[in-house]
Amino acid sequence: MKTLTFMIVEDSPTMRQLLAFTLKRFKGARILEAGDGVEALKKLNQEKADLLIVDINMPVMDGLKLISVLRQSPEYQDVPIVIVTTEGAEEDRKRALALGADAYIAKPVHASTLIQTIEQLLNARKSSEGA
Amino acid sequence: MTERKPPNGGPEMEHLPDNEKKKSHHVDENLFRRSQEFSQIFNQTRQFVEDLLKENERLRYQIALLQSRQPSAPMIERLQKEVEYLRKRVAELERENQFLEARYREIEAENKDFALRYAEIEEQNNNLANLYVASYQLHSTLDFQEVLRIVKEIIINLIGAEMFGIFLLDEKDNHLHLVAHEEMDEVVGMKVSLEAGILGRVARTGEPYYINQAVRPDAPIDYLHPLACIPLKIKERVIGVIAIYRLFIQKDSFSALDHELFSLLAGHAATAIFSARLYTQSERKLMTLQSFLELLTTPPPSK
Repeated sequence: MKTLTFMIVEDSPTMRQLLAFTLKRFKGARILEAGDGVEALKKLNQEKADLLIVDINMPVMDGLKLISVLRQSPEYQDVPIVIVTTEGAEEDRKRALALGADAYIAKPVHASTLIQTIEQLLNARKSSEGA
Repeated sequence: MTERKPPNGGPEMEHLPDNEKKKSHHVDENLFRRSQEFSQIFNQTRQFVEDLLKENERLRYQIALLQSRQPSAPMIERLQKEVEYLRKRVAELERENQFLEARYREIEAENKDFALRYAEIEEQNNNLANLYVASYQLHSTLDFQEVLRIVKEIIINLIGAEMFGIFLLDEKDNHLHLVAHEEMDEVVGMKVSLEAGILGRVARTGEPYYINQAVRPDAPIDYLHPLACIPLKIKERVIGVIAIYRLFIQKDSFSALDHELFSLLAGHAATAIFSARLYTQSERKLMTLQSFLELLTTPPPSK
């Protein structure tokens, strides 16, 4: 089985640690961390991620800008992106999904919701690759 | 059968008178007709008898066939034993089926119980992860501003509060001073007397305060009456309070985990804030002393 690589793009170290803790439930998963969009792009140039967890409100480059940049790159056109944010309004959700996010979770995050969402996205991707 | 022609008078009839001739002719015709009818009935009867014989033959054959198929006495005995065995087996299987059905129901109930337990453990695991991360982060630094930033991160990301303030007690003036906040720019520098509102009461008594029902996101803000107020305590000594005024739109009330986090914040955040403040103060004093020492030990520049 292929080892999964996740990237957490989040400016809060507390939240990054909590998300990394949750993602460790995927056996052998590699976890990359970035504090903002620019740092994320730099790290993604060096190593490819299978799924990204992105916050919206971040310094330097926010999550929405990062998604639009990634969706223009052929390498990251179809990589699942999960937004995890404090912005719980419906219009924020719609905007993020329209920009290319695959799922939207409002904080505080329940580990089971995050795991379930990631599993669904990875399974959908696997079946679309197999088709 | 040869067909007979009806008599129409021969030479022997010729000597009879005319009326006798007519009578005789009539009798002949009758006889002829009856003989024909008889001949027809005879033919039909013969056909019927032939059919009966054939049917008889067929039935005889059937009887012989059935007789040849009839099981013998030992075979009947064996078949009866087999039937008996099968009856017993059916009864056994029925009992087994009943047992399996009962076991299935038991396992189904156990399964539901396990699913519930799994969900509970999952929830506890989630809560422990939150508490572990919060505690780990709180004690990861001795920088006062950094500790305040971590407390804010915990309140925003793990509790889901949109507007809140961290107040520390200044024992010189017995007032709570706002030292860090989120969305409270209009009251920066706010200080609260220990006699004022919920904040003062929590600081005096050391007992936390929560509103347990759902709160409207657009409800007016009263800075002395928050949704939740948690004392920051080191043992029984209150060093400040955290007051939460508004939750995020996606969160309408506090959960069980929030209460756990409040308890954690009450103890660990207080210790972390207190230690960091002392450390920062002592660092500052140390630097001042070092500067004095340097001044005292450095020889004056020679003229």
